[in-house]
Amino acid sequence: MPNPSMLVDIQNLRIAFPTPSGPVDAIRGVSMTLGREKLGIVGESGSGKSLTARSLLKLLPAHAIIEADRLSFDGIDVRAASERQMRKIRGGRAGLILQDPKYSLNPVMTAGDQIAEAWRAHKGGSRRVALQAAIDLLDQVRIRDPARVAASYPHELSGGMGQRVMIATMLAPDPELLIADEPTSALDATVQAEILRLIEDLVSRRGMGLMLISHDLPLVGHFCDRIAVMYAGRIVEEVQAGELHHAQHPYTRGLLSCMPSLTHPADRLPVLQRDPAWLLP
Amino acid sequence: MIEVDDLRVRFGANEVVRGVSFSVPDGGSLGLVGESGSGKSTILRAVSGLNPAWSGRMSIAGVPMTKKRDRDFFRRVQMVFQDPYGSLHPRQTVDRALSEPLIVHGMSDRDARIARALSDVALPASARFRYPHQLSGGQRQRVAIARALMSEPQILLLDEPTSALDVSVQAEILNLLKDLQQERQLTFVLVSHNLAVTAHLCPTIAVMQAGEIVEVVGADDLRAGRVQNAHTAELRRLSVELET
Repeated sequence: MPNPSMLVDIQNLRIAFPTPSGPVDAIRGVSMTLGREKLGIVGESGSGKSLTARSLLKLLPAHAIIEADRLSFDGIDVRAASERQMRKIRGGRAGLILQDPKYSLNPVMTAGDQIAEAWRAHKGGSRRVALQAAIDLLDQVRIRDPARVAASYPHELSGGMGQRVMIATMLAPDPELLIADEPTSALDATVQAEILRLIEDLVSRRGMGLMLISHDLPLVGHFCDRIAVMYAGRIVEEVQAGELHHAQHPYTRGLLSCMPSLTHPADRLPVLQRDPAWLLP
Repeated sequence: MIEVDDLRVRFGANEVVRGVSFSVPDGGSLGLVGESGSGKSTILRAVSGLNPAWSGRMSIAGVPMTKKRDRDFFRRVQMVFQDPYGSLHPRQTVDRALSEPLIVHGMSDRDARIARALSDVALPASARFRYPHQLSGGQRQRVAIARALMSEPQILLLDEPTSALDVSVQAEILNLLKDLQQERQLTFVLVSHNLAVTAHLCPTIAVMQAGEIVEVVGADDLRAGRVQNAHTAELRRLSVELET
């Protein structure tokens, strides 16, 4: 039975892509549930973390072969949902923040107009009301001079500012779930911490669910409640963020130990020895 | 080995490197850290000869550098870039990419040199006739490093060599760079935004902010928190915060 308090319920998700030599499995039986909490998904490139999140919004390439025992957002079966229903979810009830604001913002529209557009698409109302709402949202993402930024084009904004605009756009329709796909990988360390703290604060204050996708395990451990570690299309381990250092799976432990550390110097870095057994369920 | 004194680089009215001085001893490594726009990559490009619009004094092994560099300079100084997919020609095989420096510098014994270069960076011999898109990100960066080493340089300029890679692959590349430096007595200048990566490879670290070096600190002092400048302390705090 689907659990009604669960925003996201994914059971045994499988995604494959056809190739001339037969289908290639990208996701091989992923199950996860998410309520109004902060879940981190961590793994290397190609481990399937973005695909898993995108399948929830039905944002996969048309030729992807998707199978699942259950793939639902707040009780709505995503696979059976019409495009019309999906449009209400995408951007409306579930926001998606992407890596680089340089590419995900429209370069020929002012920041304010983009936020206002998202607002009107989901809430309706006049241009003037929407623009006022946009300025108010920019204030909520802690931009000091929201009116000036609202009138700016993306190229006039720094990376951190651009990402704040992106977040404001996603918050406009009051979503219940925020999916952040590597939201800070393109940003400097000082800005990265600010943006993540902002996301964390907004998620807690608005009681949203957060799915934070990243390749940076310690970072995710810092900002999430729970972490799912993915390897080759499977979740190999799920840990509470506070228990990260007691992680059991050799892959998780390998990921943690192979990072150079400022406080614990090592002459050589341990290298991940990939065990073929990790590929098995 | 490398002496830089009062280096300035200007883009139009905007001075992005504002009087930077540093020196790197023979076989040593210097790390340049700082945020985007602080001028660290611009310094590297001026040193490498990619940007002739600089003023100040630079010398390598006591020989002053002019705006125009001779062929011997490009043999002795090589660069590795951040994104190996962008820095390798998509329609050239690994073999072709590695041959080119040998042809340019008129080096003989090409076949054996390429085979040795591949094994030096721990790539299988089968990678030799592959195209970049047939390799993983880590393998591509190994090719980029192998190519930089073909002309047997003394100086390697590394511009964020691991930031486009997964942490597991980053560890392999960092180990490789460390081994290569020890075997060949290479001099490194590493540009990175990651303090832990920089401290791992470089015993001396120059912290940049707004086109200036605000502090030069030893890796051990940085690890222990013995830093003077507020910006250095802030970068260190952010880096350590995530480790605990």
